[in-house]
Amino acid sequence: MSGHKFSVGIFDHEDKVKEAVKALRGEGVKIEEVYSPYAIHGIDDLLGYKMSRLPIAAFLFGMTGTSLALFFLFWTMGYDWPMIIGGKNFASLPPFIPVTFELTVLLAAFGMVFTFFVASDLKPWARPRIFDPRITNDKFAVVVAVEHNSKPQGEIEALMRNAGAEEVNEKTY
Amino acid sequence: MTTFDEKYDFTAKTKRNLAILLVAGVVLLVAGIFTTQGGGHEAAGEHAGVAAAHDLVASTTMVSEGAAETGAAHHETATWLKRLIADLWINNMFFVGLGIIGVFFFAIQYASQAAWSTGMLRVSMAIGNWLPIAFVLILGVFWIGKHDLFHWTHEYLYDPNSPQYDPIIAGKQPYLNLPFYLARMVVFLVVWYMFFMYMKKHALAEDLEGGVDHWKKIRSASAWFLVFFAVSSSMAAWDWVMSIDTHWFSTMFGWYTFSSWWVSGLAMITLLVIYLKEKGYLSIVNANHLHDIGKFIFGFSIFWTYLWFSQFLLIYYANIPEETVYFVERLTTPQYRWVFYFNIIVNFLFPFLALMTRDSKRHMPILKIVAIIVLIGHWFDFYLMVTPGVMKMEGGFGLMEIGSALIFLAAFLWIVLANLAKHPLIAKNHPTLEESLHHHI
Repeated sequence: MSGHKFSVGIFDHEDKVKEAVKALRGEGVKIEEVYSPYAIHGIDDLLGYKMSRLPIAAFLFGMTGTSLALFFLFWTMGYDWPMIIGGKNFASLPPFIPVTFELTVLLAAFGMVFTFFVASDLKPWARPRIFDPRITNDKFAVVVAVEHNSKPQGEIEALMRNAGAEEVNEKTY
Repeated sequence: MTTFDEKYDFTAKTKRNLAILLVAGVVLLVAGIFTTQGGGHEAAGEHAGVAAAHDLVASTTMVSEGAAETGAAHHETATWLKRLIADLWINNMFFVGLGIIGVFFFAIQYASQAAWSTGMLRVSMAIGNWLPIAFVLILGVFWIGKHDLFHWTHEYLYDPNSPQYDPIIAGKQPYLNLPFYLARMVVFLVVWYMFFMYMKKHALAEDLEGGVDHWKKIRSASAWFLVFFAVSSSMAAWDWVMSIDTHWFSTMFGWYTFSSWWVSGLAMITLLVIYLKEKGYLSIVNANHLHDIGKFIFGFSIFWTYLWFSQFLLIYYANIPEETVYFVERLTTPQYRWVFYFNIIVNFLFPFLALMTRDSKRHMPILKIVAIIVLIGHWFDFYLMVTPGVMKMEGGFGLMEIGSALIFLAAFLWIVLANLAKHPLIAKNHPTLEESLHHHI
């Protein structure tokens, strides 16, 4: 992993970040990521993020849990080792519901967490990219991958400066 | 910027539509009474058959309700009249729930200092105006139909010398006796209404005077109301609904009834907000606010299911005859069995799947359909709680039920919309109004 060049604009106010995002996207520049010490309201709309597909993953994991639980309960209690409990049928649905519910929730939750980790580069083997340590303190950063854009690096940096960037650094990862 | 002084106009056209709904309800009810009466004569002829069916239920459940139930008391009232009383009671229970949830929703928003709901507060407040009507209707129907609705109101059950003496019901006399019962009924409804009037008075005064004093007063009243409501809603559910099946009891019942009321109340608030938005009012309520109330309907539909299932599973698994009789009555009779399954499909599966995605909660047409279906579903929930216990094998679902529900619906909407038109639709001096305008999720 080497040789990807990034332009990192450092800002001191969230309004300037919003301005920069608007200006860059207005010129057709693709933004890699925006870093902020806190959540900026409405920035996801400005960045044009599509709706997360995480709920779909959660639903599929949940359905997996439901099917697994029902299959296992009906197989063990109804087929593999039938037992009479409380005079009920061998395979009766109502007592199976709590287990089914628990497994649905368990798999949906775990599946969602792991999907989220992988999707947002938090997987254990991921190499962290620290564009600027001050983004956890009082600065905001707008990061543009230079190679992903047809615009020359100079123009991108000029757009950031015009929007109020304090400094524009170059980082390679 | 939108104007905060808009007022709902209860137009002549809306009034005409509600009047048509009312007349349609009356026509259906009368038609239903005539058809039921025709059926009633046949049933009288086949009296032996009905009695045999009674014995069948009684023997399968091993509960000796027989003597009192099939005794002389059973034939005092004509079938159609008894069914009419049962229908009135279903609607009384369902609509008083909607009314009190209007107050409950209002109180919860103040107690939790919520901002997202500020635009909907006047709608929820207008719903509370049903309470005085409900008070009159509940007391009236109870007084006329108490012996048909509530088995425990018969004097002879408590007389050890009577052949129909029932030691189980006699054991419940310290709680289930007419004076105490009526006292609870009056106290609950009157105190609910007094809380409502107090909060309404301050909410309207805030419009004129501004400031946060009124808000603070409503907030502390809300907290007291919620404490009172937590206890009184459960007791009301035991008294008004659970005591119909006098021998039977369930510790989940208070919560169960409350959850049914709460979901239907939320659906009614949503429906009225959407109605107002379609008429061009309430522009301050946007997709973000609808998303939140959609989540409420979604979440509390699951909450209702949780309570429904908890009640069912324990009774099913423990298999104690005095408890299972409630579900045996509902599951082994052809006229109630479909309602039992319909109840779960409409009140759980449908809202669960329909409101699962973010988009469906933010789209008015979907939310509207779900709210209507949830309202119908929870009406059936109350039908299932009341009718099998009152009518036994003679009950059914037909024109009478539809007609009486339409009459109540028309009256309820009339009261709510007429009161909505009296005051501005937006609490313009509400401290959290500004926050609500910027609500974004």
